[in-house]
Amino acid sequence: MAEILQTAQVSKTFGGLAAVSDVDISVNEGEIHCLIGPNGAGKSTLFKLVIGTYLPSGGSISFRGENVTQRRPYERVKRGMSIKMQTPSVFKELPVRQNIHIALQHHIGRAALAREEERLLTLLELAPDATKPAGALSHGQQQWLEIGMALALKPALMLLDEPTAGMSPEETFRTGELIKQLNADGMTMLIVEHDMAFVRQIAQRVTVMHFGKVFARGAIGEILADPRVAEIYLGKTHEH
Amino acid sequence: MFKLLNGPQTLGNGRAFWICFFLVLIIALAYPFFADSYDVGNFAYFLIWVFMALGLCLMWGYGGMLSFGQTFFFGIAGYSYGVLAINLGGGGMTFVALGLAILLAALSALILGYFMIWGRVGGVFFGIVTLSATLVLAFFVGQTAGPEWRVGEARLNGYNGMKGMEPLNIPWFGGESIYFEGSSLYYLAIALILLVYLGLRVLLNSRFGNVIVAIREDPQRAELLGYDVRKYQLITFVIGSALAGLSGALYTSWGQFITPSSIGLPAAAMPIVWVAFSGRGDITATLIGTFLILVAFQTITVHSQQAALILMGAMLLATVMLAPQGFVIGVARSIGRLVKRRGQAPG
Repeated sequence: MAEILQTAQVSKTFGGLAAVSDVDISVNEGEIHCLIGPNGAGKSTLFKLVIGTYLPSGGSISFRGENVTQRRPYERVKRGMSIKMQTPSVFKELPVRQNIHIALQHHIGRAALAREEERLLTLLELAPDATKPAGALSHGQQQWLEIGMALALKPALMLLDEPTAGMSPEETFRTGELIKQLNADGMTMLIVEHDMAFVRQIAQRVTVMHFGKVFARGAIGEILADPRVAEIYLGKTHEH
Repeated sequence: MFKLLNGPQTLGNGRAFWICFFLVLIIALAYPFFADSYDVGNFAYFLIWVFMALGLCLMWGYGGMLSFGQTFFFGIAGYSYGVLAINLGGGGMTFVALGLAILLAALSALILGYFMIWGRVGGVFFGIVTLSATLVLAFFVGQTAGPEWRVGEARLNGYNGMKGMEPLNIPWFGGESIYFEGSSLYYLAIALILLVYLGLRVLLNSRFGNVIVAIREDPQRAELLGYDVRKYQLITFVIGSALAGLSGALYTSWGQFITPSSIGLPAAAMPIVWVAFSGRGDITATLIGTFLILVAFQTITVHSQQAALILMGAMLLATVMLAPQGFVIGVARSIGRLVKRRGQAPG
């Protein structure tokens, strides 16, 4: 399968702290790739490097065969990336419908816009709350709304940073099913997640990060069977 | 395009609003027929300032950029109109001077805005930089009293102010000219306000308007939806500042003079008070509120200028404490709720 995203020796330091060190990851077209690891492993920093809100201290990032290392976030989005942040990042004072509208208007003509708006609101089960300010939604609904805004861009690669944080088990399961459905429709996903049950539900390939480096990688079955991975989650393995 | 006159970014989208709008417009057009010419001239003077407030409302209320620089651009355009009108001669050239003066204000905004926005100056620092630019211009113009400070025939004249320019006028049949003073200036101001107000409504309810409110809410999220936030902020800043320029050029034409005091600190604070009191989140509220404050300010100034300034300060304080969204917006929303409740009442 062709690679859609590739990072080569990507690093990010903040003062003397190396949050991400020489990370090589590749995401294949059409897969659900999960990025896991304990707190402080550098997963979210790597996401920010991929989308461009941080510029790397070293290394390079290629997307669809193009070096995008120095590109601004909006340029990466225009090339087919889309992201859902860790904490819900929606336009809280604006109505739910307008949030979706703003995401859609970028690439959809006026005629198709209303139809697509309705489709997304229905898919996300937000149609009854369409006129409410986004800030009045529950945490889980805000997460879904942001996923909807990211989806509205019809990305080739969707980045989801802890998409189920703060969701109930039922909402988490439904989110997993939604992700699998989107993937079945051809969307590539790179997902940061803590919840191993959720990772088991959706992941095809997994990269494990620890102390800013790639600790292990492989198919979901291999990773789950790796005793070292279980150990770092229990805090027994320390690499210095 | 007419569809965009109504939309999520503007209060007052219903039939009742537009009926009221046309009634107010008819009253405004008829006003000079039954009012004293002195009052009509005064009203024209009040209307001149409204453009500056609408520009700030666009930048601050919709775009989230609190600019203290409205009088900077007011001054640039005001002085430019004076210099150009004196040097180009009178007649129809005064309108060329008006256009060029606004263009110069917009160009200044483009340069200043580019350095601020591309230099990631945001939040409170945006206000500090624009205020600094305003104060520098005020001090600079203030020290131009010497005869060496002239552009062609136009002397800047320091704190005494520049004078001697013709008001806006156009040549008419029989060698006469129509001077835009009193009633004619009033009608010109009404026409321009109508144009700017409706134009802003269309702009705000368009795709562009959606993006600038999104940037106000969360610039990073807006960028992550594929929008070049800097470009939208710069365009907003230029439009808002050019409207301050329109006020400045019209002001110089109205009074046939301009002084540094119309740029300095007390003047720079005024648009903030008008827009905050009116409600920065809506252009209709800003339009109404600014006009009402100017009328009140002028009325009190007749008795005591100090009292009027204290009133402005008290109004800003009261707004911040009691109605952070603005008093006019607060009243409008209360009326809206009341009408809705009556509409829903059984029987």
